[in-house]
Amino acid sequence: MNQMNSNPMLPRSFAINRVLKETYDTFTLDLAPAQRHTGFSFAAGQFNMLYVFGVGEIPISISGDPNDPGRLVHTTRAVGTVTKVMDKLKLGDQLGVRGPYGTSWPVAEAAGHDVVIVTGGIGLAPLRPAMYELLSHREKFGSVVLLYGARTPEDILYKREVKKWRSEFDLNVHVTVDRAAGGWRGNVGVVTAMVPKAPFDPYHTIALVCGPEIMIRFTVMELRKRGVPDDKIYVSMERNMKCGIGLCGHCQVGANFVCKDGPVFRYDRIKNLLEIREV
Amino acid sequence: MENLRAYLAEHAFLQGLKSEHLDLLVGCAENVRFDPGEFVFREGKTAERFYMVRHGNISLEIFKPGHGPIAIETIGEGELLGWSWLVPPYLWNFDARCLDLTRALALDGACLRQKCEDDHDLGYEIVKRFSSIISQRLQATRLQLLDIYGNGGKR
Repeated sequence: MNQMNSNPMLPRSFAINRVLKETYDTFTLDLAPAQRHTGFSFAAGQFNMLYVFGVGEIPISISGDPNDPGRLVHTTRAVGTVTKVMDKLKLGDQLGVRGPYGTSWPVAEAAGHDVVIVTGGIGLAPLRPAMYELLSHREKFGSVVLLYGARTPEDILYKREVKKWRSEFDLNVHVTVDRAAGGWRGNVGVVTAMVPKAPFDPYHTIALVCGPEIMIRFTVMELRKRGVPDDKIYVSMERNMKCGIGLCGHCQVGANFVCKDGPVFRYDRIKNLLEIREV
Repeated sequence: MENLRAYLAEHAFLQGLKSEHLDLLVGCAENVRFDPGEFVFREGKTAERFYMVRHGNISLEIFKPGHGPIAIETIGEGELLGWSWLVPPYLWNFDARCLDLTRALALDGACLRQKCEDDHDLGYEIVKRFSSIISQRLQATRLQLLDIYGNGGKR
């Protein structure tokens, strides 16, 4: 939390620099500090608490490039009270930001391994910083595979960027949708079904998984079938985070606070928690 | 015939099948090719064959009146298309349309059913392999039905 106030519960004002409509219900906000521009360092996979003044505060993963501290980027979906108001904000409007919080994707540790990213829906947002990191040090990794599932072709996030990644010679990018009307020439089917055919060496692979928890469960099942060990699988969990600093207990699961000990967990350390139905 | 046997042997669906069983299958098999946009089969028509895709992609579709075709699954290289030949009344439930130039091995359903009747070891092996695929697709369909990326999804 390098550039935040000494009081971790006190948000800092950021102004909206750019609003990008990604899909019919998903949008991206670029933020910059409202006062002096000091940049914003974070690690891929971390999140911020974003405060819409007078409405409420919510945790949102940072989805920008960790190597570009001048732009603080968040992608979210207008589904709740706070995000629905956030969706209506305009350029120059201000938000409160606390963070960055939580653990990060093990990108540095993945050096020398193949990397397979399996994600679905808006789960691509917290993984995009990891993609940027992998691409900026591409020579350090073996095969890099992105398997991405969306509901329909219209729901594909960061469409232009995903197309660009697909055109790279040293990336394997596979996109699938759950259903599609005429005109879609891509794959239809669930993302988990792509794991058995994906080009990676299961014994030398780090897997990064983010999406709805049902998708995570079935993805992990497929990765384990391929032979990827539990301690090489990392998942991002989300559980009702409030304070962001492991104080309030809202996101406590077992002995872990998801906001502090997560959101990125090594699978072998939390596999029992994935079976907990209510917190 | 030798080529056909080799193609059958190297397809993922038949990997590890006993040599004598492969010999039996060759008599029911032929190489087929479809152009992009061509239908492999149509809903309601008799399911006379199934297909082991060697190359290309096939879209499994259902036609919704007033909306047109809705793609529900893509079958690609190394995968298997069609099990309606195995289950009475042997009618296709969906349309199958090629997205690209597609090459496949087509196996005659009536021919294979007869061989399975004559050799129950072969029949059991074939049914085991189909059951595994049907189970995987049922699981995938259930996930699709859950609509996990909808509002109940993450974030």
